[in-house]
Amino acid sequence: MPTPTNENQSIRTAYWRENLTYLVVLLFVWFIVSYGCGILFVDQLNNFRIGGAKLGFWFAQQGSIYVFVGLIFIYVWLMNRLDKKYGFEE
Amino acid sequence: MTVQTWTFLIVGLTFALYIAIAIWARAGSTHEFYTAGGGVHPIANGMATAADWMSAASFISMAGIISFAGYDGSVYLMGWTGGYVLLALLLAPYLRKFGKFTVPDFIGDRYYSNTARTVAVVCAIVVSFTYVAGQMRGVGLVFSRFLEVEINTGVYIGTAIVFFYAIIGGMKGITYTQVAQYCVLIFAFMVPAIFISLNMTGEIIPQLGFIGEMSDGSGMSLLDKLDGLHRELGFEEYTNGTKSTIDVFAITFALMAGTAGLPHVIVRFFTVPKVKDARISAGWALLFIAILYTTAPAIAAFARTNLIDTMHNQPYSEMPEWFKKWEETGLIAFTDKNADGLITYGPGAMTDATTANEVYIDNDIMVLANPEIAGLPDWVIALVAAGALAAALSTAAGLLLVISTAISRDLMRMQVKPDMSEKEELWWARGGAAGAVIIAAYFGINPPGFVAATVALAFGLAAASFFPAIVLGIFDKRMNREGAISGMVIGILLMFGYMAVFKLGWFVDEVPPSSSWWFGISPEGFGTVAMMVNLVVAATVSRMTSPPPAAVQSIVEDIRIPKGAGAAIDH
Repeated sequence: MPTPTNENQSIRTAYWRENLTYLVVLLFVWFIVSYGCGILFVDQLNNFRIGGAKLGFWFAQQGSIYVFVGLIFIYVWLMNRLDKKYGFEE
Repeated sequence: MTVQTWTFLIVGLTFALYIAIAIWARAGSTHEFYTAGGGVHPIANGMATAADWMSAASFISMAGIISFAGYDGSVYLMGWTGGYVLLALLLAPYLRKFGKFTVPDFIGDRYYSNTARTVAVVCAIVVSFTYVAGQMRGVGLVFSRFLEVEINTGVYIGTAIVFFYAIIGGMKGITYTQVAQYCVLIFAFMVPAIFISLNMTGEIIPQLGFIGEMSDGSGMSLLDKLDGLHRELGFEEYTNGTKSTIDVFAITFALMAGTAGLPHVIVRFFTVPKVKDARISAGWALLFIAILYTTAPAIAAFARTNLIDTMHNQPYSEMPEWFKKWEETGLIAFTDKNADGLITYGPGAMTDATTANEVYIDNDIMVLANPEIAGLPDWVIALVAAGALAAALSTAAGLLLVISTAISRDLMRMQVKPDMSEKEELWWARGGAAGAVIIAAYFGINPPGFVAATVALAFGLAAASFFPAIVLGIFDKRMNREGAISGMVIGILLMFGYMAVFKLGWFVDEVPPSSSWWFGISPEGFGTVAMMVNLVVAATVSRMTSPPPAAVQSIVEDIRIPKGAGAAIDH
């Protein structure tokens, strides 16, 4: 591997920072839909309904899983865009 | 045709298919044996990962467990899917870029230490064996229930099939068989679910039936009706939990971190060509898994309602045929405590004379007997058998590969005999797989008493050891050998010790009651605590010792940038 030049290094650092920002935001959503809606605030959310189900219960058994799937696909889209922006795509 | 004939036919056809694929996709090099040559399409890898992941327990037991646990069962649903978000965001792309064959490879190189590598090998083998024993047992059970052969004969047949395709095909054979097995298992899971959803709610999609109205004209939603039945019988409402919030939280987190740290799942992401593919294939994997995982709670609710309706306060003499049939296998049992000829169902154990409950129902029956309870055609029942076998075999094969690779590569090639030829290494890999299959079969036939307990242990161990070590290895450049090893060792010992005392009752007179759990956290959830301790120990120790060498720091820099992953590089 060639020694990274200073400029090269600062591009890498900037890329990594943006990557970390995405991770923090996406994992925040991940936490909220499962641990938030499904566990910590389940009783409060159960006062609302989605179809014939209590909302908190629905998040714990259905909703969180749908959001998880969505999160990964959003992550893939964001990262592909980021790779392109920094010229790291293959 | 009878159910039996249908079952022989469908199971036979699927087995022939798996063997044909194994012969077509046999491995010629270590590269193909370990990572299928690194050329698997992301969607195919997603399916293979889903089949690898969904075991006999996911297929047969999970819906049943949720059916009895209601809201408390959510820990499995969230835990076993949410882990994929961690895997996709924190592990898979970086490990793919790292470009080696196994998890101990990463640990050994990143922490420049054969001690770390050995700790990782031991964890990988322990975790995989505890898991694989359950799979072989599952194969035996399905055979015995559907084909009326001895459980042990079933284990032998299953062993022979896995033996054949894992050893010939390596990762390459396993990958393509798993794709086929995913198709079989998901079809087998969905068909009865759709039929039952139509029956009970008029919705063709079970996920909509789950939140839909009963089609009996009562205008009541399914879950409200179920809550009502539960109140009537004296159970906690279905949609309310009985576990404490902190325990639900801890169990869910331990399952998530454990899922992301299981070596047989991680290794699947070494098989795709690029970093980009590793990311997207995690997405496909979770999508394919989510189809089953969002259907399972629907099946659970349907089956629970159906069961209570069919059975409670009904005369025993008028029970349908399936009731008697499953009674013979011991999965249902009835004692008429008050001798009124009616079945009384309620909380508490049937064997406990102080409760009114007169029936025992095994968890597994919810999926296995569901088609019969709902009066579905014979071929659907046969399909469920084939699906359960596909789920068990695919997981077993993935685990066996981890064990064989740990032996041939992480021990033999990297530590004992670095100068052996590739051909020789391949023989070690095949020999390792053969040995592992035989030991797994032995455990399938003579299950150690602690098997059920050890599944939670497998997740707890993975959460307490691999997960923090890998995440820190990627995200903390300053993390060094001393920190990672002390974190892993203390994490594992703590998890193991807690499990031994609070789950198995070792070193104490009897298993301590839940009131004495630390922080109110059950052994199942303790992986979360052990993981936190691992993180704190690793961070503290690493800051007090010297930073990792420059070469290792540049590896860390390198895995953070996706460009140039190429094929997995040998040495």
